[in-house]
Amino acid sequence: MPKLHDLAHCRAGDKGNTSILSVIAYRPEDYPLLVERVTVDAVARHLEGIVLGDIRRYELPGLGALQFVCERSLSGGVTTSLAQDAHGKSLSYALLEMNV
Amino acid sequence: MRELLRVGAGAGFSGDRLEPAAVLAQRGGVDYLILECLGERTVALAQLRKHRDPTRGYDPLLERRMESLLPLLRRHGVRLISNLGAANPIAAGEAIVAIAREQQTPIRVAVVTGDDVLALIDPDELTLEGGTPIAAYGELVSANAYLGADALLPALQSGADVIITGRVADPSLFLAPIAHAYDWQVDDFDRLACATSIGHLLECAGQLCGGYYAEPGRKEVPDMAHLGFPFADVDARGNATLGKVEGTGGCITLATAKEQLLYEVTDPFAYVTPDVVADFSTVTLRETGPNRVEVRGATGKGRPPKLKVSVGYHAGYVGEGEISYGGVNAMSRARLAGEIIRQRIGKEFSEMRIDLIGSTSLHGRSFNPRDQPYEVRLRVAVRAPTAERAMVVGEEVEALYTNGPAAGGGTRKYVQEQIGIVSTLLERERIATQVTLREWSRDAQAA
Repeated sequence: MPKLHDLAHCRAGDKGNTSILSVIAYRPEDYPLLVERVTVDAVARHLEGIVLGDIRRYELPGLGALQFVCERSLSGGVTTSLAQDAHGKSLSYALLEMNV
Repeated sequence: MRELLRVGAGAGFSGDRLEPAAVLAQRGGVDYLILECLGERTVALAQLRKHRDPTRGYDPLLERRMESLLPLLRRHGVRLISNLGAANPIAAGEAIVAIAREQQTPIRVAVVTGDDVLALIDPDELTLEGGTPIAAYGELVSANAYLGADALLPALQSGADVIITGRVADPSLFLAPIAHAYDWQVDDFDRLACATSIGHLLECAGQLCGGYYAEPGRKEVPDMAHLGFPFADVDARGNATLGKVEGTGGCITLATAKEQLLYEVTDPFAYVTPDVVADFSTVTLRETGPNRVEVRGATGKGRPPKLKVSVGYHAGYVGEGEISYGGVNAMSRARLAGEIIRQRIGKEFSEMRIDLIGSTSLHGRSFNPRDQPYEVRLRVAVRAPTAERAMVVGEEVEALYTNGPAAGGGTRKYVQEQIGIVSTLLERERIATQVTLREWSRDAQAA
């Protein structure tokens, strides 16, 4: 089973306690597969225990990209989290571990 | 009217590399150089420094950045815009004039103030994050409104060589010189949105040029040790081509541009700045040559009536202790060490976190099914109301040397003051911005 890492690249950003994860197809022809497989439910299951709040998905066909906005994902937020990676900058590569 | 305006990004955060900005000023042919140096929490930390010394509170790297840049700005006719004024923009402006005097370089600095709105904050107001009153979080340190490009326009019109601000929305630092050069109206929302998308692409500097992108074997980026920082050639309609200086490292491609366009955007259909609500879903990107990507098509939908305010508060102290284990059963020895700490002091702190660095510290679990690292580092972190209390965790981890599992090594202990940030909104009419000029010329000295 291919991993998301085989099809797409990803960058994580943060706003307060919200993690923002882009999923960008390397090849435009793989974008429909991402839309079909990388659903809100699939991401919620994959990141269970990391993302504690709601997830919104935005579809950006012009860019061949999906944008996931994941609430309550940063142990309280960048400025007061006890985590080493308080920004959740490394979460992009947790998402890329997903089987598609 | 000019054909194209070239704006360059000379810093993407407070601690960014120094020399790429000098390369842009010297060989980049830029009209404007923008240094974005103010993170969400940076301004609150700067406020603490200003409390200790009223002449400080601006970016700690200001002197080092400006000493190398000032002569280049003058020689190459480049104007500089930066938010490195942080919590004390006036003192920053004066520090820059002092450097210019030292270098015998005539200079005019325009300082934009008005973002500091601590006096306007109602402690009973609810925050955007939790619906909790601001006062409930802790003692307030700072409150800074995100100013828009309109606050910078009078400074640009003053003819200043250097424009220094405190908190300004990052893309607005780039939009301001573009709107000024082409004389755009404040309700020309599609053009403002285009320039906002350009500002957003540039604001993290190296991140557009393959920085924070590279992965060996999958996403190769050449010569990262000499990563170039980006510029945009912008036309009067707000269309632009991104590029970087010939001979610098890194790369600008469709992929690097897409990653940066979406970076930290909570709604790609409505990216809100003080200037405009921009729709990035209509943006088109096209590679037009090596390290050249054309950007066009963002659309705008009005501007928000209220401005976002970041409020900083004292959030106590974080204490950390670390110790490493290697070889056979490293993981079980590290786990035992963590359990010992939890038993001894776990109940004394409101929050304690035990991490196994090398396995589960970043994502709470390992996605690798055969996770048996050769070595692992235990990290225990606590929150405490005082520095003394926070220190206890490091002391306890250190004491594992003679009292804990076999062969622990390399202990370290840290204590750090924590500043929390919450947000609120303020009507834009309540925020009054000013421009203050500071200058030095040879004539002034003679007089």
